[in-house]
Amino acid sequence: MRLAGRAIRLPPDIDTDMIIAGRYLRTKDRSVWAARAFEDLDPTLAGRLRGAVIAAGPNFGCGSSREQAAVALREAGVVAVVAPSFARIFYRNAINLGLPIAEAELDCEDGDPVEVDLEAGLVRAGDRPPVPIAPLSPRMRAILGAGGLVELLKGTA
Amino acid sequence: MPTLAERILGAPAGECVDRAIDVAYAHDGTGVLALQTFRTIGKPLARPGRMRLLFDHIVPANNSETATLQAELRRFAHESGVPLCDVGEGICHQVMGEGGVRPGEVVIGADSHTCTLGAFGAFATGVGATDMAAIWATGETWLRVPETTKISLSGELGGGAEAKDLALAYVSRLGMDGATYRALEFRGEGAATLSMAGRLTCSNLAIEAGAKTGLFYADRTTCEYLAGFGVEASPQTVEDADYADEHDIDLGAVEPLVAVPHRVDSARPVDRVAGTAIDQVFVGTCTNGRLEDLERFAAAIKGRRVRVRTVVIPASRRVLAGAIRSGALEAIVEAGCTVGPPGCGPCLGMHLGVLGEGEVCLSTANRNFRNRMGVGGEVYLASVGTAAASSLAGEIAPPEGAA
Ligand code: SF4
Repeated sequence: MRLAGRAIRLPPDIDTDMIIAGRYLRTKDRSVWAARAFEDLDPTLAGRLRGAVIAAGPNFGCGSSREQAAVALREAGVVAVVAPSFARIFYRNAINLGLPIAEAELDCEDGDPVEVDLEAGLVRAGDRPPVPIAPLSPRMRAILGAGGLVELLKGTA
Repeated sequence: MPTLAERILGAPAGECVDRAIDVAYAHDGTGVLALQTFRTIGKPLARPGRMRLLFDHIVPANNSETATLQAELRRFAHESGVPLCDVGEGICHQVMGEGGVRPGEVVIGADSHTCTLGAFGAFATGVGATDMAAIWATGETWLRVPETTKISLSGELGGGAEAKDLALAYVSRLGMDGATYRALEFRGEGAATLSMAGRLTCSNLAIEAGAKTGLFYADRTTCEYLAGFGVEASPQTVEDADYADEHDIDLGAVEPLVAVPHRVDSARPVDRVAGTAIDQVFVGTCTNGRLEDLERFAAAIKGRRVRVRTVVIPASRRVLAGAIRSGALEAIVEAGCTVGPPGCGPCLGMHLGVLGEGEVCLSTANRNFRNRMGVGGEVYLASVGTAAASSLAGEIAPPEGAA
C-alpha cells in the first residue's frame, strides 16, 4: 500500500479528547466527528485534513478509548498518521478501522509532500532520505489488508 | 519465571495469543458504536452470558439525543439477553469490581480505565468499539502479551498521603507514555498494606502511563474482599520474573501530590500549589468514588461547612447505599455539598457539574486534559484528603496529617 499526502505536523501526547472532544460523542452521525476533529487544538485543522498525512510527536492517541477519534480522522480524509509511537488502544482502533498508521521518526515541515509505503516499510518527506517504519505484526497486517476488522470477520464463515 | 501477565495469558511477552474472554463489558458511550459495528458484522452473539452493558457516562440522560441512543442499547440488551446495569447502578469499572471479576481472568472493557480491574490479579484491559463488536461476535480477541514494568512497593502510606498520591507519583515518574504497550505489576510488602479500594485507585491510573493494565497479585485482602460479594478466590503465588523495567517506591516517602493542568504526569507536592483559587471540588469517578473515599471525605468535613461548590458522586449504587448507612452521606450533605446520582458525573465534560470558561476544579478523577471537564475549564487532580481540605479552605490546601 503506497500512500501520499501533505504533512500536518502535530505535537507529542495528542490525546483522544483533543482529537474529538467528549461533547461531540453522543451521535451516530460520523460527519460530526470529522467536522469537529482537533477543534480544541486548532479549529481550522478539520478543514485541512483531507489528503493530509498527520506527522505527530510520540504517544499519539493517548487517553480515552473512544474509537470516534480514529473514525474522525478516517472520515475527514486523513491519508495516514505517522508518529514515533502511538498509544496502544488508538493504534488498535486505527488498524481495526483500516486507517493506515506508521510508527516512524519522520522529520518534516508542515506542507511537505509525504509518501508512506507500508509494503516496503518506508516513509519519506520531500527530498529527505526515507526512514523505516516499525514492522506491523502479521495479525495487524492481515486486518489492515482486509480493509479493517469488520471486513476480515465478514470474510470468515 | 513468567510475569503475572504472561501467566494469565499463557505465553511469553511479545507473542500474540487468541484468548476467549471471561468478561467483556461496554458502557452507554462506547456501546452505541460497538452495537452499530456488531450489526455490520452480521453474526449472532457468541457468549451473551459473558457480556455486560452498563450505563454510567451520561446518567440519567441529559437530552433527547442521548436518551434515544441509550434506549436503542437498552432494547438490544433486553432482546439479546445481555445483562444490563441500567442508569443508577454506577460506573462500569466499579460495578464490575463488586464481585464481577476474579483473579486470573481475562477481562476486556470498551473503556480505557478497564485497567482498574487489574487490581484483582486479572488481565483487564481496554479496547475500542470495533474490538468489542468483534468480541460480541466471536467471544474472543487477540492480545499481544505485554512486557512488564515492575513497581516494587515498600513501607506504608502516611503523612496524609493516599493511594491516589502513589498513583500520581508513579505516573509522573514513568511519564504519560512511559509504560506504553506494557503491563504494570505492583508488588512487594507495600502492596499488601493497600486496601482493595486503594489498589483499585492505583491500577486505575495505569493507562495514564500508557500501560495495558495495572496488576496486583491476589492475596488475602483480595480474597476477603471478594468473599464479601459471595465470590470464592484463592491467592496467586508471587514469583520472581523477568521484567523489562523496575522501579522502587517507598510508600512512606509518598507525599500528597497535585497534578496540574493539563497533564496527568505533572504531579507536584501540594504545598507548591496551595492557595490556588478554585471554583469547584469534585469527589467521585472510577478513581476515587468508592465507599472508603466517601467516608474519608465525610470524616474530614463532618460538622463543618465547605467554602466552594463541591460535587460528590458515589461510584455505584452500592457505594451510595453504604454511605447512607454509615452516615457519611448525611455529613456530606450537611456540609453543603451537592450529591449526584451514581455514575461518571462531570468527569468527561458532558453533564452534572461541568466547568465554565475560566473555571478551576480540584478533582479526584484521573484526567486533567484540556477542556475535558468543560470548555475553557482547568482541572487539578488530587486525593480525597486534599479535596476535603480544599473544599473547606475554598482554595487548594494540603490534607490533614500532611507534614
Ligand atoms: S469516571 Fe471518568 S474516567 Fe472513569 S469511566 Fe467514567 S468517564 Fe471514564
